[in-house]
Amino acid sequence: MSELDYWNGRLLKGAVSRREFMGRAAALGASTLAISTMLASADARADETPKKGGVLRLGLGGGSTTDSIDVTSYNDSVMIDTGHGLFDGIVEWGQDGRPHPDLAESFEPANGAKDWIFNLRKGIKFSNGQEFTADDAIYSLNLHRGDTKSGGASTFKPVTDIKKLDKYQIQISLNGPDADLPYALTDYHVGIVPDGFKDWAKPVGTGAFSLDKFDPGVRISLKKTRDYWKPDRGWLDGIEVTVINDSSARLNALISGQIDAINRVDHKAVALLSKSPKLQIVRASGGWHAVMAMQCDKAPYDNPDIRMALKLATDREQILKALFSGYGTVGNDHPIPPNDPYFNKELPQRKYDPDKAAAAFKKAGLTDPKILLQASDAAFNGAVDEGALLQASASKAGIKVDLKKEPADGFWDNVWLKGAFVSSYWGGRAAATQMLSVAYAGSAPWNETHWNNEKFEKLLADARGETDEAKRKPYIWEMQAMLNEQGGAIIPVFKDWLDAHLDKVGGHTPHGGFDMDNGYIMQKAWLKS
Amino acid sequence: MLNLVLQRLGLGVLTLFAASILIFIGTEILPGDLASAILQNSATPESLAKLRLDLGLDRPAILRFFDWLFGVLHGDFGHSLANGRDVLTEIAPRFANTMFLAAYAAIVAVPLAIGLGLLAAIRQGGVFDRLVNVFTLMTISVPEYFLAYLLIKYVAVDLGWFPSLANVTPETSFIDRLYYAFLPMVTLVLVIVAHMMRMTRASVLSVMASPYIEMAILKGLRKSRIVVRHALPNALAPIISVVALNLAYLIVGVVIVETVFVYPGLGQLMVDEVSKHDVPVVQACGLIFAATFILLNMTADILAILSNPRLRQPR
Repeated sequence: MSELDYWNGRLLKGAVSRREFMGRAAALGASTLAISTMLASADARADETPKKGGVLRLGLGGGSTTDSIDVTSYNDSVMIDTGHGLFDGIVEWGQDGRPHPDLAESFEPANGAKDWIFNLRKGIKFSNGQEFTADDAIYSLNLHRGDTKSGGASTFKPVTDIKKLDKYQIQISLNGPDADLPYALTDYHVGIVPDGFKDWAKPVGTGAFSLDKFDPGVRISLKKTRDYWKPDRGWLDGIEVTVINDSSARLNALISGQIDAINRVDHKAVALLSKSPKLQIVRASGGWHAVMAMQCDKAPYDNPDIRMALKLATDREQILKALFSGYGTVGNDHPIPPNDPYFNKELPQRKYDPDKAAAAFKKAGLTDPKILLQASDAAFNGAVDEGALLQASASKAGIKVDLKKEPADGFWDNVWLKGAFVSSYWGGRAAATQMLSVAYAGSAPWNETHWNNEKFEKLLADARGETDEAKRKPYIWEMQAMLNEQGGAIIPVFKDWLDAHLDKVGGHTPHGGFDMDNGYIMQKAWLKS
Repeated sequence: MLNLVLQRLGLGVLTLFAASILIFIGTEILPGDLASAILQNSATPESLAKLRLDLGLDRPAILRFFDWLFGVLHGDFGHSLANGRDVLTEIAPRFANTMFLAAYAAIVAVPLAIGLGLLAAIRQGGVFDRLVNVFTLMTISVPEYFLAYLLIKYVAVDLGWFPSLANVTPETSFIDRLYYAFLPMVTLVLVIVAHMMRMTRASVLSVMASPYIEMAILKGLRKSRIVVRHALPNALAPIISVVALNLAYLIVGVVIVETVFVYPGLGQLMVDEVSKHDVPVVQACGLIFAATFILLNMTADILAILSNPRLRQPR
């Protein structure tokens, strides 16, 4: 190694100043060009190496004055992001789509994946000084079981027992084998608090930050009070969240530099924003998908030809372009997104075909079936427009679709799961089998399409019980093909998550799970100097 | 006079009671309830039932209303059902913010509107009169969010003079508040000036047609003196009631401006809570808004009577 390389190495490590490096390099006879190249590469590298310190200002949509720090109540971005700043989970859904250790350092199935053993990390302290042990994990997981009001209750429905094996080991038992249980535990409702903890106004967690101020629906501030146990996370000194539910206000705050990063960038503005030199768009294709759900046991949707006619009469490209400005991918009438490892690549993409739709409609042989789509923007912003687009594209195939705009209030309680043809959406699930179980298993409470097929149930059970990935693939592919061909869900579009941040923010990376790095922005982000 | 005030206050309390019943019925009629609004599409029948039980939503509506009323009569406005916080502590900072913005806008808008109205009346038919009329009509005809976005685009983003986020906190100093709330204030001023200014101009001009003004003109008084000293006092009553109406709007009708500028006021709170069916908070907000209307209208009436001695004698 030459003298110059030695000094270059020192520079990259930040062990010498730029001024000193220039002096040394010049003394060693390096050309000005060589020196400036080395300096530039050192700068670029410094920009990519996380730095400690600074306060990140987030402007987030998806907050409300009714928000609470109670993990069981989380249902939108602001609290999901905050939760990941205050608490840690058991397992994290990694960017590679796989479960990664969080407070559990390892996990393995037992008893044919009917039981799961989680080995917990040792020596992790809560913010009150108490050590994290099995009792805390069990208490925290049980918040979502039994007599609970938790939004995460459905995740824990198959869990029959959680027991302590020793101080740092727990066993979760299920009512049937599930090779994908660790994926399920990446649910954002899972935040670990000390055993018996109840006072959510003063949260105690193992997370990177402590709560400083909490004004629900307005702002939340967190500050770092101690070193985080994850060596590569928790860089910031503090975080200021301003709740900005209006998307233009959010954008303006970012452009005028009052906020460092925002979620849910209006897709219509992305093209404009990407021209701006001082900010970056973070785009992640994910599992969020729009659904128009037909109940397979109710007339006229009990007729498979009617279902097929409506699927063929849906102009997916148009819906993607009109409602999402193209930021997403077209769906293929099954809920597995193209970036999922178990996505069926060989299944042909369904396309808008008015002639085939008309033929299928004719084959159904029904005279004037009443097709009524109940849509509401409570499902997602644009659901009513989606209905109107279906109405227009179907009429070209000679199919009459009536559209009823339902009030947003009480939509999920009164219309969804009750109406025979209803607009809805699904956030992505970490594992394909999870998504298929939660919405398409015959006995699932959220089986919105009333899909109940013996062969499908068998495939699903086989897939869940099979820990060998190569062997599971054909099961999961087959299920996608079945839903595509016979299922009751029209799935026109998978939406991209769109965030944006100023150039000075580092560590804000795309994740298909949810906006703001699947809600982990507070742990991962850092500020460039 | 005192009798009148007391009588009006008594009626005001009755109106508040009626309003609270209407608000309660209104939130009950809306489909869905707090439990379904919180859990949305992650509800299971069990978690819904448990949440309803926890929130006391399983009890009949009439019982819940009288419970609430009983609490209010004892000075207890209850707790937010959604996050368990005391309603008054939840509302107090928001209410202070709303009053601050309203006062800020009123202090600028009312003198401005009356001044412009008088000037327009003095220069009736002149270039100034027409310009003011056209400009204020334009600002009142454009939806307020559009005005707000225009201001943000040009003043906040392009020029960078004032912030587009008016997210004041309890620790924000008074001077900073004036700075942060500047653009929302300008938006509100632009929205309400036209109404008050045109009313000032119209009612002054209508008085200007009366014989005693002719007398004043014949006496050789200057036009400005005639308008300010002789016409204005007699034209005050309708101006006061329009001002009161606009002040009430500043308190109860600014939710869109609050949303665009992310200003933490009462309107935003109420919209959030209505969509979540959090009845105690909705009720408290509703009562504040109703009381605002009642008090402002009462003040306007009293001021009108004071400004016009003829109204003091019941015929």
